[in-house]
Amino acid sequence: MMALLKRDLAIATRSGGAAMLGVLFFLAVVAVIPFGIGPDLNLLSRIGPAILWIGALLASLLGLDRLFQADREDGSLDMLVMQDWFGLVATVFVKCLAHWLATGLPLVLAAPLLGLLMNMSATSTGAVMLTLVAGTPAISFIGAVGAAIAVALPRGGLLVSILILPLAIPILIFGVSASYAAVTDPDPFLPPFMILSAIALFFAALGPVAAAAALKGASD
Amino acid sequence: MTDTTVSQGWFTGLANPTRFLALSGKLLPWLAAASAITLVVGLYMSFAAPEDYQQGITVRIMFIHVPAAWLAMMCYSVMAVAALGTLVWRHPLADVAAKSALPIGAAFTFLSLLTGSLWGRPMWGTWWVWDARLTSVFVLFLMYLGLMALHKAMDDPARAARPAAVLTLVGFINIPIIKFSVDWWNTLHQPASVMRLDGPTIHPTLLYPLLVMAISFTLIFFTLHFMAMRNEILRRRVQAMRRQAAQSIGGGAIGGGAIGGGETR
Amino acid sequence: MMSHEAFVFISYAATAAVLLGLLAFTLADGRARKRELAELEAQGIRRRSQAVQGGKS
Repeated sequence: MMALLKRDLAIATRSGGAAMLGVLFFLAVVAVIPFGIGPDLNLLSRIGPAILWIGALLASLLGLDRLFQADREDGSLDMLVMQDWFGLVATVFVKCLAHWLATGLPLVLAAPLLGLLMNMSATSTGAVMLTLVAGTPAISFIGAVGAAIAVALPRGGLLVSILILPLAIPILIFGVSASYAAVTDPDPFLPPFMILSAIALFFAALGPVAAAAALKGASD
Repeated sequence: MTDTTVSQGWFTGLANPTRFLALSGKLLPWLAAASAITLVVGLYMSFAAPEDYQQGITVRIMFIHVPAAWLAMMCYSVMAVAALGTLVWRHPLADVAAKSALPIGAAFTFLSLLTGSLWGRPMWGTWWVWDARLTSVFVLFLMYLGLMALHKAMDDPARAARPAAVLTLVGFINIPIIKFSVDWWNTLHQPASVMRLDGPTIHPTLLYPLLVMAISFTLIFFTLHFMAMRNEILRRRVQAMRRQAAQSIGGGAIGGGAIGGGETR
Repeated sequence: MMSHEAFVFISYAATAAVLLGLLAFTLADGRARKRELAELEAQGIRRRSQAVQGGKS
């Protein structure tokens, strides 16, 4: 399992890998927003957390279709699917973890820089980072389902985003509401953050199982 | 030549759809008649109902809006059960049921959004608010469309069945999550309690037409669903026959046995 | 500002249009499938379970 983790990380961090592209896409999306709504710093700092979250969500979705494609291309996917049920679920879990380490974690690390560009306060940026740490794994795990479904398709990339986006909306809702709760006074930060963590844990349990089922189904 | 020489394996596979065609063919006229009658009665009751003292005539929108929203949910539930059937029992009809329910569910979801919008404009003063209830229904609509896109993306219905079933089930779990967000998300906004049936909060003169309309919509759903399922079965038959014809031509040219590859791809 | 009656009317009309559209589409779809099936059968292509199907609609 560790070997698989290392291998997936190596593939992702290779030049032209998903990790770099995800961060660049994140930067590009967030950088485009001020052009769209104008350089009003007050407005930007107010909507900053939401923009960072949307950017992170889109960036995480971007590389998702590659999650199983590389394995499919070199034929190792068939080997993976041939394992027993528990082994397959564990494998998918590890692959999701690798995907998060390669694409999710860089997004979290890039968030402070973009927070600076968005004129966000330190608390606000910290809250966004914290919620991203909790939320992006959830996107990876639930995204694995979409990736597993799309693996049977010739051009599944766009379809993955379409299928997963509705499922990722609760993550976005609670991520953004927790980020805002950290800045605006009366709202407590903890409840939405706890719910976000609960969703992340739930998806961590559900995602690999459903993805494994879809992979089994696709290979039948 | 006859069914006695037929091998058992595919016979059980096809017998169920065939039996379904026979059964639904008998049932459909009755279902259609029942839905037409309840619709007429429901419509009559809706317009005979007194106007609400607060909402005036717009309360009549409720008689189609609320049943449509219920049906949008029920249709997804039916699909989730069918998805379970696909995954657990691999029942060939389950996937047919799930797939043919999609456009109907999308239509009812669209209707509930549209009529809700038309109701919200005079009552709330806005076509749309990002209230938790509205948003969750909108997400439901997106999921219907996404599943339809998934079915469109795969040529072979048999291959689309299991991935679509997985996605349907995952999406079903998502519905309560979004629904519960009403407590934490956007609480500033007025709750959607006007559309909720909390037992006695709604007057019987409005409740009964609503219930009749709900029954009518449910019957309409099942009528359309059965019709769509019959179509889907026929579509798959045509597809299977075309493939078989193509294979027998190709196989005949090559010399018989080179058909195996067509099954795995 | 439209009158409230207009909103009610549009709601009912839209519902009728969508449901009737769905019905019409389903009926047309069924006709097309049956026609295809009939064409295939006319070409002499038989389903493996022809005996079971037995000329059903």
